[in-house]
Amino acid sequence: MATSGVKLYGGRPSPYVNRVVMALEMKSVDYELVEMNPYEKSELLIKINPIHKKIPVLVHGDRPICESLIIVQYIDDAWTNGPSILPTDPYDRATARFWAAFIDDNFFPLLREMREAEEEAKRLVFEKVLEAFALLEEAFITISKGKAFFGGDTVGYLDIALGSFVGYLRLSEMLNANYKILDETKTPLLAEWAERLYSDSLVKDAMLDPQKLLESLTKFQAMPKTDSN
Amino acid sequence: MEVRLHGMWASPYVIRVIWALKLKGVKYEYIEEDLSNKSMAVLEYNPIHKKVPVLVHNGKPIVESAVILQYIEETWPDRTPLLPEDPYERAMARFWIDFGQQKSLTFFAFFLTSEEDKHKTAAQVLETLKILEEEALGDKKFFGGNTINMVDLFFGWLTYSFGCMENISGVQVLLPETLPRLHRWTLDFKQEPVIKENLPDSTALLEHFKRVTKHLKSSNKFKPA
Repeated sequence: MATSGVKLYGGRPSPYVNRVVMALEMKSVDYELVEMNPYEKSELLIKINPIHKKIPVLVHGDRPICESLIIVQYIDDAWTNGPSILPTDPYDRATARFWAAFIDDNFFPLLREMREAEEEAKRLVFEKVLEAFALLEEAFITISKGKAFFGGDTVGYLDIALGSFVGYLRLSEMLNANYKILDETKTPLLAEWAERLYSDSLVKDAMLDPQKLLESLTKFQAMPKTDSN
Repeated sequence: MEVRLHGMWASPYVIRVIWALKLKGVKYEYIEEDLSNKSMAVLEYNPIHKKVPVLVHNGKPIVESAVILQYIEETWPDRTPLLPEDPYERAMARFWIDFGQQKSLTFFAFFLTSEEDKHKTAAQVLETLKILEEEALGDKKFFGGNTINMVDLFFGWLTYSFGCMENISGVQVLLPETLPRLHRWTLDFKQEPVIKENLPDSTALLEHFKRVTKHLKSSNKFKPA
C-alpha cells in the first residue's frame, strides 16, 4: 500500500486527532499533518467532511475517512505491515470495540461535562468520572492479562482510544490538584499504564504533553461543545 | 459451538442480530426477555448497560448491536459476507453505521414528538434520511450493493418500525415522493427471504409502540440506546 498521499486534517492538540497520529506512528506511515481549526468551518473542512464537518479527517490518495476510531480501524486494515492495532481473536476484538464505545459514549462526555461545569457541580461530575475510570481499571485488569497494555505486550486499539486522552487527564490535575483522575491510589494499573505510554517506542512521539496542551488551550479559549470526533 | 441470543421481539437492536445470524446460517437458542424484569443472565452478561441484545457464544457474552454484528462477521467469515473486503469500503460501511447511531436522538425526538413539534421533528428526520439516501444508498439496490450487508441490517428497522413512528406522530416522512430511492430500498429489503421470514407482526408492533410512547411520555424521560 503506497504510503505517499496521506494527509491528516486537524489540530495537533485534539485528542481525537491524536488517536490517528498514534495509529499512523505505530504503522510508520509517512503522512502530512494539515493543521485545521475545527471551530472555523472552512470550505475545505466542509468538502472533506460534509456530513459532520469535524476533525480528524484522514485523506488517503483522494479518499477521505472520518471519525477517529473508524480511521484507526482503516489504518489497521490498510497497512498490514507493522504491528496489528486490533487483536486477532474476534472475541478480543469485540471486547476492544465495546470498551472503545464506552470511552466515547460514557467516559468522555463526563470529562467534557466536568470541564464545562460550574464549581459546585464540578465535584459531583468528578465523582462520576472516577467511577467510570474505575470501570476502565477493571477492564484493564481483564483485558491486559497482566501485560503492559490493553493490547498485551504491544500497544493496541484501546491503548489508542484511551491513551489519546492521557495528556488531558494529566492537564486536569495540573490545573487543579483536586481533580486528579490518574490517581495511583485509586487506579494504580492505569496510572502505571499512562506512564508507560510516554516511553513506549511505538507511540511515545505521538503522546500529548500536558504542558504544551496548556499553551494551546490558552490560544483556543472559546470552547463550546466539542468539534472533534 | 453454542450460541444464545437474549432479546426482545420488538427491539430494532435485537432484530439486526437475528438477521445476521440467519444470513450466516448460525444455529442459536433465543431467549425472550421481559425488559421490565430482566433475567439474571442479562444483568450478569451486560452489567454496565443492562440491555439486550446479548449474544452468548461458548459462554462468553458480546453486547451492543454494532459490536455483535462485527463479531458475527468475523467469527463466521466464510458465509454471506456482511462487510466489504476493501479497507476503504469497509470504513465507509462503519461510517454509515456510526452515522445511524449518532442520529438516534433525531429519530427518538420524532417518535416521542408533541403535537406542536411534529412537523419540526419530522423535518429533521427527513433531512437525515435524505443524507442516507443520497450519500449512502445512491443508485444501488442495497447499501451493500447488489446484496445486503451490515449497513442494510443496521437500517433495516426503517422498513417496518419507522412506519409505527409515523403512525403515532401523525406525519409521514418516508414516501416515494419524498425519498424515492430509500422507499424503493425498504420494499426490496423486505423481499429478501431471510428478512421477510423474520419481521415482527405489524399489528402487535404498533400496539407495542403505542404502549411504549404512552409510558415514556407520561414518565417524561426517554433513554436513547
